[in-house]
Amino acid sequence: MSYLLKRVAFYVFTAWAAITLNFFIPRVMPGDPVQSLITRSRGQMTGDAVQSLYVLFGLDPNESLLSQYVKYWGQLFRGDLGLSFTFFPSQVGEVIGQALPWTMALVGITTVIGFLIGTTLGTLAGWRRGSWIDALIPVTTFLSSIPYFWLGLIAIALLTGPDSFFPAGNGYDTGLTPAWDWEFIGSAVQHSLLPAITILISSMAGWILSMRNMMVTVASEDYVTVAHAKGLPERRVMVGYAARNALLPNVSGFALSLGFIVGGTLLVEIVFSYPGLGFLLFQGVGTKDYPLLQGIFLIITLSVLLANFVADLAYMLLDPRTRREG
Amino acid sequence: MATPSVVDATPVAAVPVKAKRRRLRFIASPKAAIGLGMMAFFVILAIIGPFIAPYDPSERSNALVEAPSAAHWLGTTHLGQDVFSQLVSGTRSVILVGLLAGVIATILSLLVGVTSGYLSGAGAESLSALSNVFLVIPALPLIIIITSILPETTDVTIALVIGLTSWAWGARVLRAQTLSLRRRDYVEAARATGEKTWRIIIFEIMPNLTAVIASNFIGTVIFAVTSEITLAFIGVNTSGDNWNWGTILFWAQGQQALAQGAWWWFVPAGLAIALLGTALSLLNFGIDEFVSPRLRGNGKSKVKTVDGHTVRMRVGFTPVLGFGRKDDTL
Repeated sequence: MSYLLKRVAFYVFTAWAAITLNFFIPRVMPGDPVQSLITRSRGQMTGDAVQSLYVLFGLDPNESLLSQYVKYWGQLFRGDLGLSFTFFPSQVGEVIGQALPWTMALVGITTVIGFLIGTTLGTLAGWRRGSWIDALIPVTTFLSSIPYFWLGLIAIALLTGPDSFFPAGNGYDTGLTPAWDWEFIGSAVQHSLLPAITILISSMAGWILSMRNMMVTVASEDYVTVAHAKGLPERRVMVGYAARNALLPNVSGFALSLGFIVGGTLLVEIVFSYPGLGFLLFQGVGTKDYPLLQGIFLIITLSVLLANFVADLAYMLLDPRTRREG
Repeated sequence: MATPSVVDATPVAAVPVKAKRRRLRFIASPKAAIGLGMMAFFVILAIIGPFIAPYDPSERSNALVEAPSAAHWLGTTHLGQDVFSQLVSGTRSVILVGLLAGVIATILSLLVGVTSGYLSGAGAESLSALSNVFLVIPALPLIIIITSILPETTDVTIALVIGLTSWAWGARVLRAQTLSLRRRDYVEAARATGEKTWRIIIFEIMPNLTAVIASNFIGTVIFAVTSEITLAFIGVNTSGDNWNWGTILFWAQGQQALAQGAWWWFVPAGLAIALLGTALSLLNFGIDEFVSPRLRGNGKSKVKTVDGHTVRMRVGFTPVLGFGRKDDTL
C-alpha cells in the first residue's frame, strides 16, 4: 500500500509542477504576447477576452506574481482555460472537450496494442535467438527511425485515392452527423484504420527490441534452467518463467516512454487531419493561439500522468514484491 | 570466427607472443562500423553541404513543381526552388541542432544523474524527483509550446530548448548506474585512502559510465533531430532562409504535394531522416553489444545431436554432443 501512496504523491506533485510550469512559461518569455495578439486579432476581441488574456499571461502590471498565481489556480478549478482565438468565441475547455475522445480512442488503443504485439514478438525473438524473428530487428529499427508523420504521408500517398477503401483524412465521413449509430461508428473506424496502422508500425520496434534484450538476459537465469530441468514444456518456460520476469522492466518502460509516444502520435493526427488534440495543436501553432496551446499541454500532461498511474497498477499486479512491502 | 582456431593449431603459436590489444574492437562490430560510416557521411555533408548545393535553396525559378531531371536532381517546389539543394543545405541545421542539444542534455544529465546517484540526502533525493517529473511530462508538447511562445527562434534557441527539456531520461539511467557503482570495492578503496569526492566521481566513476553516457548522447541526438524536424513540420522556425529537412516537409504538406503527386518533394527528406536515425540507432546497438556481449546475435543457434535431434542453443545451456558414443572424448 505504501508503494501506491508514494506513487500517488509523486503524480500529484508532477501535476502541480506541470501546472506551475504552464503558469510560468509565458511570464518568463521576452516581449508582450498579449499586445501582439491584440494587433493580430484586429479588434475582434472583447474587453473580457483581453482581461482574461492578461490574467493568463500575468502581464497585469497592478498585480503581484503570487496573487496572479492564486488567480490562475482559481480559473483552473472552474475549468476556465481562457478563450480560444482560433475558434473565437469558444472556450478552450469546450474545444478540447470535443477533440479529446478522438485522441483517446486512437492513441490509447493503438499504444496498448502496439505494446502487446511488440512485447510478444520481442519475447519470441529473445527466446529463439538467430531465428527469422531476430532478422526483423534491423527492419523495425529502420521503421522506428522514420518519423511517425512521414510514414503517415507515405501511407496517404500510396494507399488512398478516389477508389481506395482508406479515406485520406478526417475522423468520419463528413456527410454524417456524429451519433451513436452503426453507420457513424463504422465510418469512424474506417477513417481511423490508416492512422492506427501508422502508429502501430512505428511504435512497435522499441518494444520488440527492449523485450528481446530482457529475454536474452533472463534466459540465462538459474530459475529458467531449473524450469527446463524439471522438463516443463518449452512454451510454459518461455511464457510463465522467462517472459513473466522480462516483462517487468518493459512495463515500467512503457509508463516512462508514454510521454514520447503521445508526442509522436499527435503528429499522425496532423497528417491525417484527424479531429483530435494533435490536429488542434497544429491549428493552435499556426494561429499562435496561446490559450489553446497551454490548455492542450495541460490536458495531455494530465492524461499521461493518469496513464502512468494505470501502468503502475499493472506493475503492482505483476510484481508481488511491490505488494508485500508495508 | 573460425580462423583463430586454425592459427592456434599450428606449432608456431607455441612461441609466446605478447597479446595485442585490439584498439578498434568497437568498429569490428558490423553494426557499429556501418553506423559510424553513415554518420561520418552526414557530418561531412553538414559541413560542406551549403557549398556543394547546385542552387541557392531559397532561389526561385520558373520551373514550378517539376519532376526530377538533369538540371534539378530531385525536382522543384511550387516556387521553383531546387529540392536537392534544400536537402543538402538543410543537413547542417539538422546535424547542428542534434549535436548541440545532445551535448547540452548530456552535460545536464551527467550533473543531475551522477550527483543524485553518488551523494545521498535530501538534495540528491530532490534531484532524482526532479528528473522523474521531467521524464513524465510529455516533452514534445512542452517544446512546441515554449518555441511557439518565443518571439523569434534560431537553430541555437531550438537546440537550447530541446536540450534543456530532454535530459531527464539520461539522468535516470546514469543515476541507476552510479548507484550500483558507488559501493564497489575500488570506489570504497579510493574513499578509504582519502581521495576527494570530486576526484572519485571524475576518475573512478565516470570512466565506468562511458558507454552509458555515449549511448545516452546518441539517444538524445535522435530525439533532438526528430523534434527539430517535427517543429519545422508543424510550422515553428520555418521563416526566412533557415532550411532543414522539416522545412521541406512543411512546404510540401502546405502546398498539397501529396495531392499533386509530387513524390520527389517529400520522399527524399523523409528517407534522409530515416537514414540518419538508423545510423544513430546502429551506433547505439554497437555500443550496447560492445558493453554486454550477451546481446550479440550469434550466427548458429541450432545444433544437431548424435541421435538426430536438433537442439536450440540457449544462453546458460551446455549441449552434450557426444552423448551415447564411448570413443568420443568430447
